[in-house]
Amino acid sequence: MTDPSSPAPSTAPNESWREWLLTAEPRSRNQARLGRAYVTWRRFSENRLAVTGLLIIVALILVAFFADLLAPHSATVGDLAGARLLPPGSPGFLLGTDDQGRDILSRLLVGSRITLAVVALVAIIAAPVGLLIGTVSGFAGGYVDAVLMRITDIFLAFPKLILALAFVAALGPGIENAVIAIALTSWPPYARLARAETLGVRNSDYIAAVHLMGASPTRIVIRHIMPMCLSSLIVRVTLDMAGIILTAAGLGFLGLGAQPPLPEWGTMIASGRRFILDQWWVATMPGIAILIVSLGFNLLGDGLRDALDPRGAGR
Amino acid sequence: MFHSSAKQTAGLRRARGIMVNIGRFVVMLATTYLGLLAVTFFIGRVVPIDPVLAIVGDRAPASVVERVREEMGFNLPLWRQFVLYLQQALTGDFGTSVLTTNPVLEDIVRVFPATLELATVGTLIGAGLGVPLGVIAAVRRGSIADQIVRIVGLIGYSVPIFWLGLLSLLLLYAKLKWVAYPGRLDIAYEYTFTPITGLYLIDAAWTRQWDVLWDAFRHIILPGALLGYFSLAYISRMTRSFMLNELGQEYIVAARAKGLSERRIVWFHALRNAAVPLVTVIALSYAGLLEGSVLTETVFSWPGIGLYITNSLQNADMNAVLGGTIVIGSVFITINMLSDLLYRLLDPRTRAR
Repeated sequence: MTDPSSPAPSTAPNESWREWLLTAEPRSRNQARLGRAYVTWRRFSENRLAVTGLLIIVALILVAFFADLLAPHSATVGDLAGARLLPPGSPGFLLGTDDQGRDILSRLLVGSRITLAVVALVAIIAAPVGLLIGTVSGFAGGYVDAVLMRITDIFLAFPKLILALAFVAALGPGIENAVIAIALTSWPPYARLARAETLGVRNSDYIAAVHLMGASPTRIVIRHIMPMCLSSLIVRVTLDMAGIILTAAGLGFLGLGAQPPLPEWGTMIASGRRFILDQWWVATMPGIAILIVSLGFNLLGDGLRDALDPRGAGR
Repeated sequence: MFHSSAKQTAGLRRARGIMVNIGRFVVMLATTYLGLLAVTFFIGRVVPIDPVLAIVGDRAPASVVERVREEMGFNLPLWRQFVLYLQQALTGDFGTSVLTTNPVLEDIVRVFPATLELATVGTLIGAGLGVPLGVIAAVRRGSIADQIVRIVGLIGYSVPIFWLGLLSLLLLYAKLKWVAYPGRLDIAYEYTFTPITGLYLIDAAWTRQWDVLWDAFRHIILPGALLGYFSLAYISRMTRSFMLNELGQEYIVAARAKGLSERRIVWFHALRNAAVPLVTVIALSYAGLLEGSVLTETVFSWPGIGLYITNSLQNADMNAVLGGTIVIGSVFITINMLSDLLYRLLDPRTRAR
């Protein structure tokens, strides 16, 4: 990107920052890390679709944080007498109202919190479990590896949605149980991925060096192997987020996820289903919200994968 | 002498290799089924606080609770219960459905063809469109066509299928009247048509009832197209990736140097080599559709296994839910494993060793 032999005539402080970041001989570990991050960011930001995805996700997070300030009306208490099933564009109700006289826009804004929480919780539960199982399995080898991977393969071979359905049916409907069910079915790919990455670095010189310095296996796995798995794991988790959102919405649609009056988007579609013929907007608006957010995660994940692993770019 | 003995040992080694592979396959299949049954056992017996109370209700007298507990073997240690459960499951005994009062297996045998038919139509549409689209995207990499295929695929990955189903019903059935209403057949045919295999399209064609065939087609086309779109997203993406891989190979350069037409190179040479992993992808998406039809069947009132499971869920009919889970799980696992096996059979490189 920058050619050291012919420095482009640009503003001086900007240029020196760039040189400092892109130097071939970083003087500290932090400089090297920042440099790598900068290169990755450059590659990422060239991809217009990926940046769109990032913007969608940032917007989702901001909306979730400031939902109370942004929402023009209450998300749970409606105006049954005066504002029932108003079409989109009605004064004061941009996206219309539902059968309880609640403002759909406000419900969508507040509902973004639920979507974000589900996605974050599943990622926080499933990714570390997969990372732990995968790295331990790959590093230990032998019987530990065989047993752990057999269990992983068994879970990998299960139909995810059906299993989540059965779990929720036994645990009872509710958003917490939906999160548990989805997390229980989504860790195996992470374990497989972490194991593959672990096998790749396990016999390398730096691990041998750390080992000779007397590091315990626990320390090697946690400090020296897990960090190597992180970037591919993050990409995979980001790509899975859309699937998690769709599964959670599907459970909500079947009445097994978040329960009314919680403004979960899938549940909102289910309650709008009865009015689909005449009041189409009640079911349509939450679906558009789901589509936009999961599209955002997919675009972001694709972009991250291309930026972090240029070999497979465009594939 | 020497040659023949060498050949013999090589043959022996190969035979032993095949035996080991088959043995490994059987063990994998068996442990996976065992795992599936262990999980459903866990869901059915361990997760509810007290499965007996779940059956008799919390107002039943203590003597009844005790009697049911013993009748159902819940007083036994957990591992004995699991062995009993395995024996029942292996003989196809999933208990009785509370909702329909039939044995669960009987219900499932009745509803399964509907799901099979829907998933098959979906896969035919998905593969029939997805493969050519993927090939075109790979050949014209970076072009407008590539971008369009990519975005169509991305939306397919991101759209909630039940929502798309609702909207398309609203548009194509309620407003435009292009397709038939939810269900498998019009009411007029529902009682006069006696299915043979349960796959209505085939049954109607077999008995030459063309009006029934047309009606069944009008009912299946929309849910089938939706599932097809869902699998198209996956299949076109994978096809593109496999084709890009093949088009970069040296034999393509050789074929070009030989003067073959570009069309022949792409559709004959490259696609044929990409077909091996593609078979696995299509099989996987077929298995995925069998599972993914749960939401679609609910939206389209399609009387398949997915609708059966969700109806049972709403009535707290755990026997039916778990029976359905085991059947779909088993089919899913079997297709998964078979596609893996097929991959090895089709690709000579994975066969050696």
